[in-house]
Amino acid sequence: MTPLDHMIILPVILPAMTAAFLVLALRHHLKGQRTVSIVVTALLLGIATFLFAQASDGTVRAYRLGDWPAPYGITLVLDRLSATLLLLTAVLALCVAVYAAGGVDGRGRHFHPLFQFQLMGINGAFLTGDVFNLFVFFEVMLIASYGLMLHGGGPARLKAGFQYVAINLLASVVFLVGVGLIYAVTGTLNMADLAMKVPQVAEADAAVLKAGALLLFLVFATKAALVPLHWWLPATYAGTSAPAAALFMIMTKVGAYAIIRVYGLVFGAGAGPLALAAAPFVIPAALVTLGVGAIGLVGSRTLRDLSAFAVIASMGTLLVAIGLFDTAGLSAGLYYLVHSTLAGAALFLIAGLVQEQRGAASDRLLPAPAMAGETLLGGLFFLAAIALVGLPPLSGFLGKVMILQAAQAAAIWPWIWALILAASLVMTFGFARAGSVLFWASGPASESRAPPALPLAAVVLLLGLTVAWTLAAGPATDGLQLTARQALDRSAYIGAVLGPDVRLATGN
Amino acid sequence: MELVVAAAIGILTMVGIYLLLRAHTFPVILGLTFLSYAVNVFLFAMGRLTIDRPPVISPDAMGYTDPLPQALVLTAIVISFGMTALIVVLALRGYLETGSDRSALDAPRRTDEEGRS
Repeated sequence: MTPLDHMIILPVILPAMTAAFLVLALRHHLKGQRTVSIVVTALLLGIATFLFAQASDGTVRAYRLGDWPAPYGITLVLDRLSATLLLLTAVLALCVAVYAAGGVDGRGRHFHPLFQFQLMGINGAFLTGDVFNLFVFFEVMLIASYGLMLHGGGPARLKAGFQYVAINLLASVVFLVGVGLIYAVTGTLNMADLAMKVPQVAEADAAVLKAGALLLFLVFATKAALVPLHWWLPATYAGTSAPAAALFMIMTKVGAYAIIRVYGLVFGAGAGPLALAAAPFVIPAALVTLGVGAIGLVGSRTLRDLSAFAVIASMGTLLVAIGLFDTAGLSAGLYYLVHSTLAGAALFLIAGLVQEQRGAASDRLLPAPAMAGETLLGGLFFLAAIALVGLPPLSGFLGKVMILQAAQAAAIWPWIWALILAASLVMTFGFARAGSVLFWASGPASESRAPPALPLAAVVLLLGLTVAWTLAAGPATDGLQLTARQALDRSAYIGAVLGPDVRLATGN
Repeated sequence: MELVVAAAIGILTMVGIYLLLRAHTFPVILGLTFLSYAVNVFLFAMGRLTIDRPPVISPDAMGYTDPLPQALVLTAIVISFGMTALIVVLALRGYLETGSDRSALDAPRRTDEEGRS
């Protein structure tokens, strides 16, 4: 192994070390914490870019910790899909760190260490090649997210926080039951090994294994806020601070990623009697999710609630695409995933700025005195709204068109088309109402300061990236098609993790 | 032994779910604890029930018991212990700041808005 091969583990180790360093050495130096945190996140972006470039050659790379052979040791796997999501995480994290450095991080303690621990968990979840380590990284991510969610305090946040923690603890228990059932039948938890053993399971055990697989699906669906497991999301996202909510945008995507990984690879098309175990549930649930998101969006009373329901609607659209479990659907879904993460995070950050600027009226959708910098914020909100609703010319529109095209392969495509288009209309109405109340129907200007520079820069950067993502749609789609093909290709993954001999033996 | 273990897991899960559906924070925490006990025993059983066997493969021993579920349980115990400590602190803070230990969301969110307007 050359030193460059060890880069794969850096997205996990670097944030972990940084978090410990921040707590131990820079405990009372907020400025020092900000600097270190932003520099390390920028470094992480560099590493993720390097890994992305490395993965773009099309080979799946397995990293064996301590050189223990798979499936006995801990394995990290880098392929196009995980590299893409690592890069997206790093980009989002940098924007969020810059926004938080504008003052939000000073409202409680330890924002930056928690932020780094959260990055460690998210990166680990994207890299791990083992179902139990997926559980461990989920927990790392969640423990940090509890801290971030409560950062800055307040009774409403505490109540929402309790529900968030309770539902995730329950999800962890269900996760463990699922893992236990899968282990009992197959005797392994390594994803490549599972992908090989699942098709060979005896008929008598298939039902138990299917129960385990579907319990795991429940957990991932909870993370991805799929109806009816989405109830925690609006209160959590609307209850927390703007940068935490923006970072949480990637957490729902971790659920979507786990669904792709486990149900595309382990229980994918080649899994014999258990092929596509979760597929019948994904699209119907995703369509209801989309509907609930759109209706909730219209009924929201604050901008943050509205943003949270926009997230639910976008997760619905995304999971419709993923639920097709074919290359076209998955590549359209991945394009939409990147777009919805960036645009959704921008919307949460804008909601945070609006809340600061409006003073007593906060971000409630009621007429209030005009705020300073209203034109600029209104313009940014307009852009984010267009992107999230999926109106031309921004990437949301392209993403939705791709998903609609890919959906023609499904038997229920008229439902998919009708619901996605109807939801877009309803969401347009919801955003228009919110925008006009917030930015037009305002009284005479009250005295308030101009929006702070750093957070504004983060929002502009995120929206700029959305625009760039629209312009780069052509090459991006080509790349994502390869990504989708690789993510659904069992033999390459198994060969990379377990060695080429195994691939020959099973004939996959 | 199978019946005892299975019944124990079933009863622990039942108690856990019942408590989890209560509307106050303390029963919910107890319920989560019961559920995590249930899942720990469940994970043990998933390595098959074997007694009086070492968890390592050696030529001297008659057989072995699967060590992997034990490692999984250890990890699960550590995580659930930490999580339970966190949620207890959270519930206490919530009780001290809002004066009620109801875990329902609607009530505090409404009072929050009324308090501001």
